[in-house]
Amino acid sequence: MIRAAHLLAAGALALAGAIASHPGAGQAAQAASAAEATAVNDGAVRTGIPRDLAEFGFFADAPGQVPAARVVPYRLNTPLYSDGADKLRFLYLPEGARMTAAGDGLPEIPVGAALIKTFAFGEGEGRRLIETRVLLHRADGWLALPYLWNEDQTEARLALAGARIDLVTPRGEAISYRVPNKNQCKECHGLSGEVVPIGPKARNLAHEWLADIAGRGLIDRVPDGADALPRWEDRGAAGVAEAARAYLDVNCAHCHRPGAMASNSGLDLRWEQHDPKALGVMKRPVAAGRGSAGLLFSVVPGKPQESILLHRMASAEPGVAMPELGKATVDPEGVRAVERWIAGLAP
Amino acid sequence: MIRLSIAAFALATVAAPALAETVTIAPGEGAQERLQEALILARPGDEIVLAAGRFAMTDGLSLDVDNVTLRGAGMEASVLDFTGQQGSGEGLLVTSDGVTLRDFAIENPKGDGIKSKGADDIVYHAIRVTWTGGPKASNGAYGIYPVESTNILVDGSEVSGASDAGIYVGQSRKITVRNSVATDNVAGIEIENSRDAIVERNFVSRNTGGILVFDLPDLPVMGGGNVLVRNNLVASNTTANFAPEGNIVASVPRGTGIMVMANENVWVGQNLLYDNPTAPVMVIAYPMPFEDPDYNPYPREVTIDWNMVDEGGTDPQLEGAAQLVAAFGGTLPPVMWDGLEAGDGRETLRVHPEMAGWSLNLAAQGGGMANARPGPLAAGVPGQPISIEGWGAGPELEARIK
Repeated sequence: MIRAAHLLAAGALALAGAIASHPGAGQAAQAASAAEATAVNDGAVRTGIPRDLAEFGFFADAPGQVPAARVVPYRLNTPLYSDGADKLRFLYLPEGARMTAAGDGLPEIPVGAALIKTFAFGEGEGRRLIETRVLLHRADGWLALPYLWNEDQTEARLALAGARIDLVTPRGEAISYRVPNKNQCKECHGLSGEVVPIGPKARNLAHEWLADIAGRGLIDRVPDGADALPRWEDRGAAGVAEAARAYLDVNCAHCHRPGAMASNSGLDLRWEQHDPKALGVMKRPVAAGRGSAGLLFSVVPGKPQESILLHRMASAEPGVAMPELGKATVDPEGVRAVERWIAGLAP
Repeated sequence: MIRLSIAAFALATVAAPALAETVTIAPGEGAQERLQEALILARPGDEIVLAAGRFAMTDGLSLDVDNVTLRGAGMEASVLDFTGQQGSGEGLLVTSDGVTLRDFAIENPKGDGIKSKGADDIVYHAIRVTWTGGPKASNGAYGIYPVESTNILVDGSEVSGASDAGIYVGQSRKITVRNSVATDNVAGIEIENSRDAIVERNFVSRNTGGILVFDLPDLPVMGGGNVLVRNNLVASNTTANFAPEGNIVASVPRGTGIMVMANENVWVGQNLLYDNPTAPVMVIAYPMPFEDPDYNPYPREVTIDWNMVDEGGTDPQLEGAAQLVAAFGGTLPPVMWDGLEAGDGRETLRVHPEMAGWSLNLAAQGGGMANARPGPLAAGVPGQPISIEGWGAGPELEARIK
């Protein structure tokens, strides 16, 4: 007996490739003109596991990343570092649905909504889409799925097991870029057994954007505490602590917080955490292994070079590198921001 | 239209109930993706079988479906080889409940071997985790690593080369580690910040320290206790400590047999303890300063019952070893205590009359060895055997490996 799941994984994927590609794929001009007419397939958002990204209908022109109706682009003030990938983020809310403000954290996002994020490298004509990750809010919770773009950039297919892609980062580093598998999505998005969105917390969204979508009825109001994290490119104007804490919140705290993948470390790097010990100050490691590099504490005030946290951020070696997933290279800007923060902490 | 009907067919069949299935994965081209896909698409009750052979892995694997069995053709036959691993912090990560892992090996993972987090009711049977280059600081930290879980059985498994602990159970409850082999690790077997654990019939040799029962501060789960350590062969744990500094095990002296730190209600008996030249048995308080108000750094109600033991600390890796050894007539008695007590009225330590001991008689917790006044041990004798009801993995886990 052939099980459907396996058909879905292997046979159907091959079959789908042999059959006509999605109308509109690769036909940017035609699709763009139809942008407002293109509607998202709510059925695909709510049930099933589409093999092609196109089945969702999130884009009027997918290769051009032109969103369909009710699919709203957004950016984060301080983004997660992903080997320098350009990340194109979109929020989809179905007709009649709207989000509810919930302080500076995640707004309440209704069932039927989706978050879409495309990872791209290169500029202009040379831009290459690598993967599009979708988070679908279903009646039984959020589902995270990764879609891998083909060489021809005409379509993106489900890649449950993830993939590796050789590419060159904007800083010129040749890397084996990792597309996460479905389970790895949950390693970062898991909280107390549920899958949850990480990025669009009100504190990391621009006030203007929130006001705009509030005006369009997509959220009930601009949340209190919105826009508190500095814009990463403007971090020089923000305080040293604000920049570093924003970076740690966005890049580390999805795991290093109670209820998440690295809860057993006892390290809690969330923006709202103010206990120095929970933030790693003079905290001994518990399961760092060789990641400790012979250092005694996660954060030693005034001494970044003696801080395990910084050492692991500055490594690209599996087993040492933090975050464990989602990066093959070191983020020198992030390292510098956290280094300055630790250097400035009073012993 | 053809395409739509395929989608409809696939979805309809996925939704239909199905009997548990067995999916076999062979080594070779695309093994990483084929195995990972099988782990993702598995449904509760399914068995994923690793054929005999060597699987070249480039990335960590993960399993997040309840009640799945991952089975190989034997711990020497089916090998997941992570020598070329490029990402992830462990070889295999399990985050679902009711999982059985058996009859396969993990070699040379960059970080930990198999980590199961928040994964209740898990069985590790005949699993081998090996760093093939022997003890090295560049090896991963833990071989078999269940954490934040309830009901854990580790049976008939082997770990060697871990730069922290071979078999490490942390922040968990209802644990059995038995019939397993831990060699050439910094710590052979470690039970940390955990309760209701049974460690029995293991062979623990050539580690820096054999069996460690620890409780540490500043962690989400604290208050380790109810641990039984019996019928283990703990011999020749004489490997120089190769843990990266900073980790608590980096402070374990070479030649430690069984070490109990900051736990309550621990019973150590009927073990064979040979050639552990710092101390066959060591009972101490957490040695470092700490601020955590919820943490108890002292051992409480620790019983060292009768164990078969050799002469004891013949070559201790302790400050002032030469004078110490001379003072005790050439060998330190087998049971070492630091002399620190909670002072809450509970007895700290009871020792079988045939198990001689000595005490550092330290002045205060966190004060270091500066004020040590070594002397013979004066401790009470063991009372009635303790009840271990409710300790260890439940019988339903044992039934899975019959």
